Amino acid sequence: MVLEDRKLLEKIKELSGIDLSVCMQCGICSGSCPAVDQMDITPRMMVRLIQLGREKEVLDSKAMWICLSCFTCYARCPREIDFAKLGEALRQVRLRKGLDYIRISEIPEEEFKKLPQIALVSCFRKFTS
Amino acid sequence: MKIPYYPGCTLKTSAKNLEVSALESAKVLGVELVELPRWNCCGAVFSMATDDLIHQLAPIRNLIRVQEMNEKGIVENENRVVVLCSMCFNTLKRSNMFVKEDKERLEKINNFLSDTEEPYQGNIEVIHFLELLKNDIGFDRVAEKVKKPLKNLKIAPYYGCLLLRPEEIAIDNPQSPKVLENLLEALGATVVDTQFKTRCCGSYQTVNRKELVAELAYDILNQVKISGADCVVTSCPLCMFNLDTRQEEVKKAHPEFKTIPVFYFTQLMALAFDLGESFYRFDLNYVNPKPLLSEKIF
Repeated sequence: MVLEDRKLLEKIKELSGIDLSVCMQCGICSGSCPAVDQMDITPRMMVRLIQLGREKEVLDSKAMWICLSCFTCYARCPREIDFAKLGEALRQVRLRKGLDYIRISEIPEEEFKKLPQIALVSCFRKFTS
Repeated sequence: MKIPYYPGCTLKTSAKNLEVSALESAKVLGVELVELPRWNCCGAVFSMATDDLIHQLAPIRNLIRVQEMNEKGIVENENRVVVLCSMCFNTLKRSNMFVKEDKERLEKINNFLSDTEEPYQGNIEVIHFLELLKNDIGFDRVAEKVKKPLKNLKIAPYYGCLLLRPEEIAIDNPQSPKVLENLLEALGATVVDTQFKTRCCGSYQTVNRKELVAELAYDILNQVKISGADCVVTSCPLCMFNLDTRQEEVKKAHPEFKTIPVFYFTQLMALAFDLGESFYRFDLNYVNPKPLLSEKIF
């Protein structure tokens, strides 16, 4: 593996404090995820791709933007990998480059009036820089 | 008993029904929840990146307000702050732990705040209202105050995520919580156990993926119906929105779906205490619970 490919793994480790090398690929994270059927790559696959240094495939996937931060995967992981933190670190890699995932101006006005602040604030915190 | 209370943004608007019912029910139980002066938004979600200190400022500022309440004598030797909203509870409690477990982080934050604020000492404890009911007041005392037992109501407690996960902040056993069950039993209701009581409602995805949230709500509410419950109880304004208001979207995707009322646990407490309509604010619930209540209670 070339050194360049290790970069994301190191960055993730720095932002999340998680050592992904302990993952044994049991897949309980994917099996526990209430939103997994919406994801293009499952949480287990995401970890494996990062382990393999396939940075682009992970960063271009939509899975980290589907994550609900419900912490079910973390609660069930036998290796206690906090996948929600991993998702946050991956989002941060994008967001810190100024690459917002949503545009606030594109939320329909009718929805804007209906949505409680708690939904808007949490969504903007997760999906904008 | 006077104890500092952090409301959070949504309790002043669409979740006013959560606030008014909780404050008045607390009074009945001899507790005055004293709102923090100059509180600010907690940020709704805990910032999980290890190097992100700037987003801890908002929650920590609120904890400094609690310190000040003690210094000014607004409360006496009360280092706890009560939170009603599950998301605010999770954010404040995790931020508090994050700065408490590392002196360097706390120092950096205090240095940043030093021109305008007193430093945060790290002595405040964040608790949820349900913990106060369970540990300080006790469900026996709650039961004593019940004037109108909810005896014909079959209720499914719904915890969602943020009262129970991650485990280090959980208010109860994260696998098999009982606090809502015990409260509802004290109010005289029949508690119905459901499979998805700790499953996520879809959270913030309700802003840009409401169809996904509608499907999650559909699954959760169907389980509630299969279990034979008449209604659902929650503590979180975002769970409330996703399970209650989003039933409009559920109906669009599944025209056969029949709506089911969702309550805040405090609304049912106020109801059992017979405090009067102005403290229930059922007008803020999307699915009108009155037909069910007039059938079962009145």
